[in-house]
Amino acid sequence: MRFRSSQLSLALAGVAFLAIVAAGCGSSSSSGSGSLTLYSAQHEPITEAFAKGFEEENGAEVKIRYGEDEGLASQIEQEGDASPADVVLTENTPPLEGLSEKGLLSKVDSPTLEEVPSQYISPAGDWVGVAARETVMVYNPELIAPSELPASILDLAKPEWKGKLAIAPSEPDFVPIVSAIEKLDGEAAAKEWLEGFAANAKHYNDNEGIIAAVDSGQVAAGIINHYYWFEAVAEEGKDKVPSKLHYFGHEDPGALVNISGAGILASSDEQELAQEFLAYMVSKEGQEAMTHSGDWEYPLNSAVAPPPGLKPFDSLEPPKVTPADLGDGSGPLELMQQVGLL
Amino acid sequence: MPVADASRSGAALAAPLGWARRGRGRTPVGLLALSAAIALLALAPVGFLLDQTLAGGWAEVERLLFRPFVGHLLVNTAMLVVVGTAASAVLGVAVAWLVERTDLPGRRLWAVLAALPITVPAFVTSYSWVSITPAVQGFWGATAIVTLAYYPLIYLPVAAVLRGMDPALEETARSLGLSPWRTFLRVTLPQTRVALLGGMLLVAIHLLSEFGAFAMLRFQTFTTAIYDEYKLSFDGAGASMLASVLVLLCLFLLVAELSARGRGRYARVDSGAARPAPPARLGHARWPALTGFAALVGLSLGLPLATLVYWVATGSSAGIDVSALLSACGTSLELGLGAAALTTLLALPISVLSVRHPSRLATLIERATYLPFALPGIVVALALIVLSLQHLPALYSSTPLLIVAYAILSLPLALVATRAALAQVPPIHEEVARSLGSRPLVALARVTLPRILPGLGAAAALVFLATVTELTATLLLAPIGTQTLATQFWAKASTFSYGAAAPYAALMVAISAVPTYLLTRRLGAVVRPPER
Repeated sequence: MRFRSSQLSLALAGVAFLAIVAAGCGSSSSSGSGSLTLYSAQHEPITEAFAKGFEEENGAEVKIRYGEDEGLASQIEQEGDASPADVVLTENTPPLEGLSEKGLLSKVDSPTLEEVPSQYISPAGDWVGVAARETVMVYNPELIAPSELPASILDLAKPEWKGKLAIAPSEPDFVPIVSAIEKLDGEAAAKEWLEGFAANAKHYNDNEGIIAAVDSGQVAAGIINHYYWFEAVAEEGKDKVPSKLHYFGHEDPGALVNISGAGILASSDEQELAQEFLAYMVSKEGQEAMTHSGDWEYPLNSAVAPPPGLKPFDSLEPPKVTPADLGDGSGPLELMQQVGLL
Repeated sequence: MPVADASRSGAALAAPLGWARRGRGRTPVGLLALSAAIALLALAPVGFLLDQTLAGGWAEVERLLFRPFVGHLLVNTAMLVVVGTAASAVLGVAVAWLVERTDLPGRRLWAVLAALPITVPAFVTSYSWVSITPAVQGFWGATAIVTLAYYPLIYLPVAAVLRGMDPALEETARSLGLSPWRTFLRVTLPQTRVALLGGMLLVAIHLLSEFGAFAMLRFQTFTTAIYDEYKLSFDGAGASMLASVLVLLCLFLLVAELSARGRGRYARVDSGAARPAPPARLGHARWPALTGFAALVGLSLGLPLATLVYWVATGSSAGIDVSALLSACGTSLELGLGAAALTTLLALPISVLSVRHPSRLATLIERATYLPFALPGIVVALALIVLSLQHLPALYSSTPLLIVAYAILSLPLALVATRAALAQVPPIHEEVARSLGSRPLVALARVTLPRILPGLGAAAALVFLATVTELTATLLLAPIGTQTLATQFWAKASTFSYGAAAPYAALMVAISAVPTYLLTRRLGAVVRPPER
């Protein structure tokens, strides 16, 4: 290969082009009265709705790092006092409970806690619930008649469901279901249920995969959180999503309500601003911004109506399982490893 | 990477061992120390991983390693690597032979089109397919899609060898009575062996470490399981254990490739007066061949691009936020250029060492950089998070640290390209310069460097391509608030917002097109058949 000046100049021109585009694309900087760093395991639409709404109302700037529930919680632990995070927002309560137990969270102002029903806040007052999701069964009506729908999630461990179910054991939404069964029926029952359910089910990576599998008829049913199904319908159209939702209700563990919550890092230098951010999240304005974000979660402030089309929140009849009962979620993980799900 | 490999002439490509005697004098200690330091930097995540794995004691290793789930992953990953690599090899060799050695109509055009799928990241291809039908999810669908995405890694280097090959050997075989098919198997194919094995190694390593595509295709491998572990518990004993298995698998592949390459020498003292081989006549077989090419280009390139256009135009979530899009684009370009510059710089000493002063130690140093290459981005990222928090807190969550991660993850790509370029420059020029009084470094800078600039450009382009499409390391290591095209695409595609995700994917393909164009132009200039 000979060195050719034409090639070199072409390469240089390419680099120059990229550099110019890079300079032109440079991100804009915003100014405000303060700056908060939010670690979010929540979906982007809802996170952005909170952050943008607060920026507009307060004038502060909110910087966001995205991650996954336990991943972010452990990252905060690793970072310790040096953590850049001021506020953490998770999809489920176990990581918040874990941080709370380790003394890494500040107390949330009581007016903020009072905006939300007491079963959806931290037992120690360390975090506040900001949104809720309902556990549901998604099923393909061509493969399951309404009369065949199970009364309880516990029925899904029975042999007649063999090969008909989808499971996404690595979804952080799945772990609390195991915790709930453990709490309501004991560890032995939870293990037995897990073994039965695992033997009946095909593996998928996440809730989205379960819905796709049910829609295409690969499996007849799966357990998901309701909002994934509503997102799929909104994006792809009702005609492309033939599956339907079955609500267990009747205080069944399969009707578990998952709480997404937010807490303030004890190491944060912006305690006051962080408190204002949490207050905004549960305020009427914040909750409305969230319900309009297209993420289909239930608001927890009773003054705000859920997105249209959802089953009314007070008709869900969830089991009596508290965030304290769910704990930091480490118990079910070991159970899931024992039965070979992880 | 193969594009650069392809730029060597056939004979040089086939002679990785042939440089041994060209080394003059003793290896400079400074060069050796510098190269070793760079290799150690690249190995830092691997060391951290082993430390994590063994920290809990052997009982913990047993508990986490010998469980049914790991067996399930091992079966999945092994099947994927074996079938995917074999399928890519068959497809890559077939395409290379058809465009280089037959009278296939339009072969120049097909030659370019068949190379282009490397512009489209595998996870974008997967997203396209999944958005059309979830039926592609699972083993066979996943294997087929990644084969379509990765076969150019084999096609390109093999095509380059076929082009430079002297037809005299084949003619001799034919004259001695071998059938055309047996000639191909016994004479032609063995000559492509080094290129073929090198390409297969790259495909296999990509399959081991690919995350986005298999997450989209809902197929569990060690890499997707490591990400799942991170979702459920960061402290990482479980994730480290899985990643250690991945390192072992990579070691196995490296050794397998080296031993399969064997001791056979394919180099010629002189490349001779090779003339272009007369093209094989396809006859009626050209119709199925043409149909095959149309299908291949349609499936590997046309369909993903058409899907992107469709989703940009129609997705109901597609209210395009132009400023977010441009800001992500700017970040991707900055990070890509930064990583390209650093990685090429780091690759240079190791290349000089292994080409000019080959030894066992030099080979060891060079090969060591392949281990982190097989690690998923997330594993390197987790290691760098902990290491930086413990030892260099100022670097934590900074752009420089992210760029170091990119360098660790793509060093072998830059190495392949710079080594290939260096090997083309005879050391005699440097020696002449030194005999005239130049100091070694000055001779290198003034005589050799100008001649390997295109090779360095190729290295930078390859690293840029890999960086722009990197996902999991970026998610964890990027400074807070930093979004790249890949992370934004991922955030949207993973919540069904196909329409909102598409512009990010389209822009990613567009900015990848610039370096790819430079690479293929270079390839075209170097390996175009001689003028008749």
